Amino acid sequence: MTTKLTTVRSGALTTVQDAGRPGHAHLGVPRSGALDAPAMRLANRLLGNAPGAAVLETTLTGCALRPDQDVTAVVGGAPCPVTVDGRPAAWGAPVRVPAGSVLDVGAATAGVRSYVAVAGGIAAEPVLGSRSTDLLSGLGPEPLRDGEVVAVGIPARPVPPPVAAPWPGPPAELVLPVRPGPRADWFTPAALRTFTSATYRVSPHSNRIGLRTEGPPLERASAGELPSEGMVLGAVQVPPDGRPVLFLHDHPTTGGYPVVAVVPEPALAAAAQAAAGTPLRFTLA
Amino acid sequence: MTDDGRTAHAGALTARPAGRHALLVELPDAERTAAFHAEVLRRRAAGTLPPVEEIVPGARTVLLDGVPDPEALARRVTDWEVPPVADDTGDVVEIPVRYDGPDLADVATLWGVGPDEVGALHGSHTYRVAFCGFAPGFGYLTGLPPRLHVPRRSTPRTRVPAGAVALAGPYSAVYPRATPGGWQLIGTMPDPRPLWDPARERAALLAPGTRVRFVTAGGATAAGTARGTATGSTATVGTGPEAGA
Repeated sequence: MTTKLTTVRSGALTTVQDAGRPGHAHLGVPRSGALDAPAMRLANRLLGNAPGAAVLETTLTGCALRPDQDVTAVVGGAPCPVTVDGRPAAWGAPVRVPAGSVLDVGAATAGVRSYVAVAGGIAAEPVLGSRSTDLLSGLGPEPLRDGEVVAVGIPARPVPPPVAAPWPGPPAELVLPVRPGPRADWFTPAALRTFTSATYRVSPHSNRIGLRTEGPPLERASAGELPSEGMVLGAVQVPPDGRPVLFLHDHPTTGGYPVVAVVPEPALAAAAQAAAGTPLRFTLA
Repeated sequence: MTDDGRTAHAGALTARPAGRHALLVELPDAERTAAFHAEVLRRRAAGTLPPVEEIVPGARTVLLDGVPDPEALARRVTDWEVPPVADDTGDVVEIPVRYDGPDLADVATLWGVGPDEVGALHGSHTYRVAFCGFAPGFGYLTGLPPRLHVPRRSTPRTRVPAGAVALAGPYSAVYPRATPGGWQLIGTMPDPRPLWDPARERAALLAPGTRVRFVTAGGATAAGTARGTATGSTATVGTGPEAGA
């Protein structure tokens, strides 16, 4: 019998995420997938799941779930209080959640996105090979709603013995390495110097599509419109207001604003955990 | 920011770095972009292309993403001989259209014809999907002659229905789902469901490189017979576009 989780509290935004659906960008399909991919993989590893098994990604305020059978879960990513039926439980390590009790994933004490992995993985219906919720184009399961029931897969192997897990802390300051982007030549030399020397702040308008920034605008060397072109994950696109936007996993596959720089994928996990107001610098890699 | 921003030029082609694992190849126009895209696909099918995770055409670019060594690939693509795309290559898809869009009269005025002539004129050309974007399965179709290019609406609509057949700049498109949009709406595809079906082997009906004919719904083919029958496979919407390579 399939184990089910009832959503007692869905939180601000809780979505199903896995390794995403790469390979379909030419059809206009975003990659999607967990923004803090290392956190997803670590949580899965602690449970004996495949690294890309589907998990729940919360946003700032956590969520609460009630299984109808005993399950083992790991809450990782952004640090937060974890309770089972109100009693404190481990963060970042396997937690036994008895049938009918409530696993509460509290508000993040630092960072933005906590991950809830369950032994067996979340068993939402895959779309183009992925269970990820894609907020830009609406593919995959809808964000969780209160009362919604999600299925859990059958674990392929038992939960391994506990190990000390290296969870990186959310960044107090976000320093993102960049390489010049395909349209760096659309910006003035002064703008390029500003870009790699100024301190920006993470904007509260950031989401799974992009990390928006507040700070000095970048001045273009050339006016005119850029015909739509393919966009990579980690592209730093500069819209007409001049404030760089770092493309995260739900970014559009093509875009018409120049990409000044590209942040390598391994640096994006920290970007996914940088709360609004976090100081941000781009440094030439 | 110049130490790593090497770009390679070869004749009409510019290869621009796009991070550690991607290359953006820029071409001078849509025709040569389509030809380069076709060449990339040919080489991948022949097994002579290094591993590439994503091949994403744009208006004048082809993005090669997930490439182990983009600099080496940049040096190789500059040596490629790229033949032009023949008119008769690529699968053909027919899209039935009722020419009843709310902007039909405006487009007719811009084209200098009567509203009842827009459909015949639009349907008299064969189009090709240049690239996708905006939404899954939303194809940007080239093939409209420059004299028929129209601007976007000055005020975008908050909701364009699924199946809307639309024009903007050099492009035609069919909205696979309801979204906001600023294109001029000239008609309706009565059943837009085939445009995007992720459960199907080919999720997008209008994938890059596909040729498209618009036919008046319920009537005869609007595409002029004088244009000849293509040698590629023709897929009629609803019967599945799986035929062909």
